[in-house]
Amino acid sequence: MNYNLSYLRELEAESIFILREVAAQFERPVLLFSGGKDSILMTHLARKAFYPAKIPFPLLHIDTGHNFDETIAYRDALVKELGVKLTVGSVQEAIDSGMVTEEKGYNASRNGLQTAVLLDELEKGKFDAAMGGARRDEEKARAKERFFSHRDEFGQWDPKNQRPELWSLYNGKKQFGEHFRIFPISNWTELDVWQYLAMEKVELPSLYYAHRRNVFRRDGMLLAESEHIQRKPEEKLFETMIRCRTIGDITCTGVWESEADDLDKIIQEVATTRMTERGGRADDKRSETAMEDRKIKGYF
Amino acid sequence: MSMNQELLRFTTAGSVDDGKSTLIGRLLYDSKSIFEDQYDLIKDVSERRGEEGVNLALLTDGLKSEREQGITIDVAYRYFATPKRKFIIADTPGHIQYTRNMVTGASTANVALVLIDARHGVVEQTRRHAIIASLLQIPHLVVCINKMDLVDFSEERYNEIQKDFEQFAAKLDVKDVHFIPISALLGDNVVNRSKNTGWYEGPTLMYYLENVHIASDDNLIDARFPVQYVIRPYNDEYHDYRGYAGTVAGGLFKKGDEVMLLPSGFTTKIAKIDSFDGELNEAFPPQSVTLLIEDDYDLSRGDMIVRVNNQPNISQDIEVMMCWFDTSKPLRERGKYTIRHTTQEARCIIKEVRYKLDINSLHRNLEDRTLKMNDIGRVVIRTTKPLFTDAYRQNRITGSIILVDEGSNNTVAAGMII
Repeated sequence: MNYNLSYLRELEAESIFILREVAAQFERPVLLFSGGKDSILMTHLARKAFYPAKIPFPLLHIDTGHNFDETIAYRDALVKELGVKLTVGSVQEAIDSGMVTEEKGYNASRNGLQTAVLLDELEKGKFDAAMGGARRDEEKARAKERFFSHRDEFGQWDPKNQRPELWSLYNGKKQFGEHFRIFPISNWTELDVWQYLAMEKVELPSLYYAHRRNVFRRDGMLLAESEHIQRKPEEKLFETMIRCRTIGDITCTGVWESEADDLDKIIQEVATTRMTERGGRADDKRSETAMEDRKIKGYF
Repeated sequence: MSMNQELLRFTTAGSVDDGKSTLIGRLLYDSKSIFEDQYDLIKDVSERRGEEGVNLALLTDGLKSEREQGITIDVAYRYFATPKRKFIIADTPGHIQYTRNMVTGASTANVALVLIDARHGVVEQTRRHAIIASLLQIPHLVVCINKMDLVDFSEERYNEIQKDFEQFAAKLDVKDVHFIPISALLGDNVVNRSKNTGWYEGPTLMYYLENVHIASDDNLIDARFPVQYVIRPYNDEYHDYRGYAGTVAGGLFKKGDEVMLLPSGFTTKIAKIDSFDGELNEAFPPQSVTLLIEDDYDLSRGDMIVRVNNQPNISQDIEVMMCWFDTSKPLRERGKYTIRHTTQEARCIIKEVRYKLDINSLHRNLEDRTLKMNDIGRVVIRTTKPLFTDAYRQNRITGSIILVDEGSNNTVAAGMII
């Protein structure tokens, strides 16, 4: 008998351990759900971690209002199947009530506005642990993130003063009013996620598979046609085969020309691609330290 | 790419300028794990700074404050894969004030890479890294003698450094040490075999990492299952279901095995090993599973399921090699802390610091026994309730603890049980 776990099963076991640790150590955890493949992976792992019981925490979606329609349909079907509670924090409502101010211009994005809404929802729900699907391979500031990441009462991250994490001993102790961000899939890479989702036969939103769509080119990226994006006169629409590698706010999520219309082809594509998945995210391109700056303020 | 690849976790340590970041950049670049947009970015930054060529070390620089100072402060995790294995690198800083990060990175590693600048040979930091690797019981140690290009790829120099290191390492508890002459900057013996070191017959670093035997690093003998979470569905279908969820910390568990429950000491049998994917016949480390037992005993988080004839130490008194992390205050003798061990939490009191270890010479200091940040010493602890422990040498999971400060809630120490 061979007592070696394959690396995908080892990553799975580690993530399940973290999810159970959160349920055990915190009073009011919540799982942040964006509709992207990483949060779909998280709900799948959570389902496995607590089987045959239901997932013992609700989901929270911070909705920019600028969604691909497919994302919302997928989210609602999944929530129904899991039998968990979903809370939606609306960036549109935050704008309407004057809590945040919308950016203007061609590259306007609601990405940054999500932070205020997220922190507000965490406070309203008295959540003491928010689980996110961020991975360390995504971005350089995330490469230094802990599994259990402490946030002060302002929701801020202090990258220079993080708690050491050793072995599998996680310290979720905090003062009243503080919370934790938890990243159960920290050690997964993009390719790992795809290989695992394929192995587990997890159903994904159609956006991830190659399909025909109207797009236009901006700053070397392809963006999908949407009522939420103002196009410049020279930005001409054209129809082509594309797919999403990440799914976020439609205004800043680049799409990729691709013929990969099933999981095997996607894995092949991801394994040979020469661009990072966040290479298509305008929100990261704002400066060299865009992610670090946003994370310090309390972004996902 | 096969889905049955193994995962190898390794940690890197080196002094400030001995080329650790360049080595990691080189591993990533030569294994084609760098994406074009990442490469373009560092190329652009290298040009802007007026550097010659593309500075691969920039690939591993993360935080703004680190780039400003040109050094790594925190542990950074990197990922790459070859057709043979998946790799997770815990990239740790080499400065003495970051010993705690080295300890953190070392805690989960199968392999430690220690870098030596061929011009400088074995220095204080080399010794410190090797001692930490030995204290943390990293099974395999690779000594990369770097910057060989700056000593004309001299075999004599290489042998001299190897001899120095071996002399010192004889005092350490490391099982498997390997030496490789490399140039991280030029790529010699990192991924591709060097034409400049004809006298060296060993493997390249990448070949070593792909092939080192790690399957026997887990303890498959002493069965240990710390209960992490109790699963009770509370619905009609699973009305009486009571599953003990956890990760196997050691040994094998099979359906029908006679087991003992700690701390009660009751014995029962494993009725079922459950998972979302169906029932399993057996479970081994590091699987996360759910155990169901035959009799109606009540277990909770922190309890442990073990074999009847193979029990851990059950005691309120433990002795550890402790690394102190807290920046603001030293370890207090008679001080009280929260202690975490497996899924168990208790309070504890520091009974005694037996000695402080000089992590450069291994000298035991019996006079100055104050553990300040980054100090390592042998400490006696008494806990409010019994812990179920093994020696760290036997099992890294059941042999490790952390201390949490009850005021600041910070993780202030890590300990390896003796």
